[in-house]
Amino acid sequence: MTRLLLPLAGLVVLAALPGFVSEYGLGLMIGAVTYVTLASAWALFSGYTRYISLATVAFYGTGAYVVAVLNEVLPYPLVLLVAALIGGAMALVVGLSTLRLAGVYFVIFTFGLSELVRQLITWYEVNVTGTLGRYIFLDISARGIYWQMLALAAVTIGLTAWIHRRPLGLALRVVGDDETVAAHSGINLARTKLIAFVLSSVILTLAGAIVSPRWVYVEPSIVFNPTVSFLTVIMALLGGANRLVGPALGAVPLFLTFEWLSANFPDTYSIFMGLLFIGVVFALPEGVLAGVDRLRARKLRAAA
Amino acid sequence: MTDLIVDNARKDFGGLRAVNDVSFTLGSGEIAGLLGPNGSGKTTLINLISGALPPSAGRIALGSVQLSGRRPDLIARAGVARTFQLVRTLPSLTLIENVMITAVFGSSSHWGSAARRVAEEALATVGLADRANAAAADLTYIDQKRLELARAIAAEPKVLLLDEWLAGLNPTELQEGIELIRSLTRSGISILMVEHIMDAVRALCPRVLVMNSGRLIADEATGAALSDPAVIAAYLGEDEDA
Ligand SMILES: Nc1ncnc2c1ncn2[C@@H]1O[C@H](COP(=O)(O)OP(=O)(O)OP(=O)(O)O)[C@@H](O)[C@H]1O
Ligand SMILES: [Mg+2]
Repeated sequence: MTRLLLPLAGLVVLAALPGFVSEYGLGLMIGAVTYVTLASAWALFSGYTRYISLATVAFYGTGAYVVAVLNEVLPYPLVLLVAALIGGAMALVVGLSTLRLAGVYFVIFTFGLSELVRQLITWYEVNVTGTLGRYIFLDISARGIYWQMLALAAVTIGLTAWIHRRPLGLALRVVGDDETVAAHSGINLARTKLIAFVLSSVILTLAGAIVSPRWVYVEPSIVFNPTVSFLTVIMALLGGANRLVGPALGAVPLFLTFEWLSANFPDTYSIFMGLLFIGVVFALPEGVLAGVDRLRARKLRAAA
Repeated sequence: MTDLIVDNARKDFGGLRAVNDVSFTLGSGEIAGLLGPNGSGKTTLINLISGALPPSAGRIALGSVQLSGRRPDLIARAGVARTFQLVRTLPSLTLIENVMITAVFGSSSHWGSAARRVAEEALATVGLADRANAAAADLTYIDQKRLELARAIAAEPKVLLLDEWLAGLNPTELQEGIELIRSLTRSGISILMVEHIMDAVRALCPRVLVMNSGRLIADEATGAALSDPAVIAAYLGEDEDA
């Protein structure tokens, strides 16, 4: 029970925060919680299976686009539902065709997928609808967006915790370690990976849909920015992609750092990002939390 | 009936016929050795039975259940467990989790305390019970082999395929290993074991199958096989047509 109490109390505090911060502060909080959601949802599939996906922005951007297209014709809850369904269907198709790809082929495919979706939508908008950008006029306050995103982040982490204790979680961890052993132990590889990929993708899509009213104006090059996919990966890896709160712990400081860098060093900001990416991969391949564990173990051994 | 039936199993790798129309039946509860020089196709045969590789031709069945052409996870669920020549454990899982997976995802589909109990028993059988919560990454080579066997046992299989499981053990460990396998046969599991250690084969297997360049060249009582000129020739590396 106490294990649930603490997170719930934390959630209540986080939900009450908008009453005490400026408009600018709230904007930062929305961004941070969005990346907590993205990194956690990414880890729900990639952290377990170690299939590094760069398709995050394909789903995130699709979510935003669904809202842009439907916000004037459907009530908002229905728009979210449609976004989730489209994201899920996309993940199902992509998953069925790619989860057999190993290692770097999967990485490249998912990167290509994001570009493909962007190009397709651009082509469609230019040639069929004759416009490039779209406007989102939804009467949703910044607070409303923050609360929705906070709820989605909580659901993502809660879902990951629940799955972790179910056969699916065990199966995913086995798949991440050794697919051959998994198969010979009776684990249906395709189904296991597909379920996790679809769940993760639906959340990514919803995140894009929820945050999209912040942008007001959207066009493919904005919503399908590949930096989102890379940032998500770095954040999850920094915190520890196979820990429950690892991605969240990686997301908040990195998001704030990047916000500060891009505000103060708009020209050199991407250099810092590249350096950080390299640093994370070299220094902490299993994340900060694993590094802390190792340090603690060393201290214990030294004390003994 | 849960005989393992291998009927003209064949595997081609490009131009190489690694398993060449091999047929035999392993009775329920029987233990047989699978011998043959390096590269004769033993591991490939194990891979065909367990579904790691699909046969190029032929039929493999467990009693009335067809195995050939099915995915490895379905074959595992049908009651076939295996170990690997190059040991494969799951480094980021604990020992108990390593073992539990076959109890959870195998034919018996246990979960929760039932799965734990099966896994604990299997760990106790191989002598790793006291380290159930240790990380598999920290195990010595021998303990990894033990762990792999425990994982196979926890599947509660009908057929157990061992690929040189005794290789690399020191004399004391070898004796323990032989006793361990003997105790498994008493519980009614059928065992097909690839093995190069002849003392172990003599101690455990009344019957041996001998392969050479993909072909099954002998299927007979162990004593007879080991004095069979064709078998001796194969082991001495002579060309079989010579
Ligand atoms: N996946 C594969 N692709 C191509 N050739 C293979 C493959 N697996 C095995 N072979 C070849 O098939 C032949 C039989 O190999 P196999 O591993 O079955 O032999 P083995 O009897 O288990 O030998 P050892 O005693 O050395 O383990 C060898 O020539 C090997 O090179
Ligand atoms: Mg072999």
